[in-house]
Amino acid sequence: MTTALSLRNLRKTYANGFTALKGIDLDVQEGDFFALLGPNGAGKSTAIGIVASLVNKSGGNVEVFGHDLDTELTEAKSCLGLVPQEFNFNVFEPVEEIIVNQAGFYGIPRHEAFKRAELYLRQLGLWEKRRSMARNLSGGMKRRLMIARALVHRPRLLILDEPTAGVDIEIRRSMWEFMRRINAEGTTIILTTHYLEEAESLCRNIAIIDQGELIENTSMKRLLNKLHMETFVLDLKQPLARCPNIPDYRLKLLDETTLEADISKECSINQLFDVLTRQGIEVLSMRNKTNRLEQLFLHMVDGTEGSDRVSA
Amino acid sequence: MTLNEKFVAFKTILIREILRFARIWIQTVLPPVITTALYFVIFGNLIGSQIGDMNGFRYMDYIVPGLIMMAVITNSYANVVSSFYGSKFQHNIEEMLVSPIPNYLIVSGFVAGGVARGMTVGLAVTLTSLFFSDLQIHQLGIAISIVILTSILFALAGLINGVFAKSFDDISIIPTFVLTPLTYLGGIFYSISMLPEFWQKVSLINPILYMVNAFRYGILGVSDISLWSSYLIVVGFIAALFTFSLYLLNKGHDIRT
Repeated sequence: MTTALSLRNLRKTYANGFTALKGIDLDVQEGDFFALLGPNGAGKSTAIGIVASLVNKSGGNVEVFGHDLDTELTEAKSCLGLVPQEFNFNVFEPVEEIIVNQAGFYGIPRHEAFKRAELYLRQLGLWEKRRSMARNLSGGMKRRLMIARALVHRPRLLILDEPTAGVDIEIRRSMWEFMRRINAEGTTIILTTHYLEEAESLCRNIAIIDQGELIENTSMKRLLNKLHMETFVLDLKQPLARCPNIPDYRLKLLDETTLEADISKECSINQLFDVLTRQGIEVLSMRNKTNRLEQLFLHMVDGTEGSDRVSA
Repeated sequence: MTLNEKFVAFKTILIREILRFARIWIQTVLPPVITTALYFVIFGNLIGSQIGDMNGFRYMDYIVPGLIMMAVITNSYANVVSSFYGSKFQHNIEEMLVSPIPNYLIVSGFVAGGVARGMTVGLAVTLTSLFFSDLQIHQLGIAISIVILTSILFALAGLINGVFAKSFDDISIIPTFVLTPLTYLGGIFYSISMLPEFWQKVSLINPILYMVNAFRYGILGVSDISLWSSYLIVVGFIAALFTFSLYLLNKGHDIRT
């Protein structure tokens, strides 16, 4: 299998002396949908900036589809598409022109660039806005414009740095579908996001960076298996005066009709319902208290919240 | 990138730059035409009629080449400095930095955009001058070559200013405090032979003097300066500024962290 992105001992120390990356080693395989997570200031955007040639590295090596950034920069750049965290287009240019110009920077002739611009603007629901100045787009439209721009030269590796930040849930879901589709069509995707539900839903593999170091690099499934306990919130039909005591389950009465239950992987939910039914407690509905990946993430980067629920 | 792809990339920057200043022509093309028309009316017509001939030409005819050159210089410079700094300010310079387009083409593209605006405004000012002066061209080749070279030179200077600029104030300091005084003292309105010998020698350190005089030679056939020293200085400055611009972009000065 081809390696889409390879980082070896990647280091970055800024001019003010701050070390953002302390020697990262990371491989992302071709065709993967890869999550790169970490708290604010962890070094994710620095790593992405180095790969995209926007940040000068202090040391180490970067290869994009086998092309070393130091020796085959042009080839490496041709394989890469970037959707940055911050809006970085000329807000005084029309939408279509932004896409066509970006294609031109990759040497794509203008007539072909217009065709591709139409294709991606239609796919991302921006075709009607093609003549609008970019400054007149909504936040969600601006994010989609940057995705269209990053795709216009058909990169083999697409890096999305918080592509759905500030986007409403409906548009976010449609963007997820779009990302899934282009990944299924063969584009390798690296995603950074603070919406952990997004990473859990989309990505097959995951790396977590904290304070410039890689603290996890595994498959999403394996990571989630580390979670030994899940918390559910049960909505009750009848109010309870006090919290029921059931062995092997940690229960907490949040209010008189809401019960919180910590359930370990060894125990079944059916068993809990049996006991509750026997005690005359009827459950109307049930939901996860928090996102599972979020629990793990907080444990890994903070070590406090949720730490009693995880064996790392 | 193949040669053809590089040409497409260069053309893309050029088209983008032309569309940028064309979109805001009321701010970019019209003001220099109005300003120069005022120069013609006030200095050329009203005051010039009292001055008499200069180097054998009517004063109005004498200042036409200098005023065209002044418009070309300021607009070539202004286009690149504002466009490059604007790209930095909005971070859309990153569109080019992530692409495989080589830095020398980025420099060339921005400079070509500056030359396009310089030539557009220069042509508009030339057409305006026809209302006031019976313009005869002495050597078309010299006039065109020196005006294009001068435009390239000041477009490069604008790019360097844009790279170093940290705020919008920084892009107006050089034009206001350096470029305009040097242009006014570059022999647009007078012949340096009118100055005392000491100030004639001081004037010779002003590079704009060489360009204005070479262009005046192309139009009128008179110059205070040797033509070849003008070409040498312009080409020398272009080589130096292009090398420096490329160095700044390769280093990523203020555009890469």
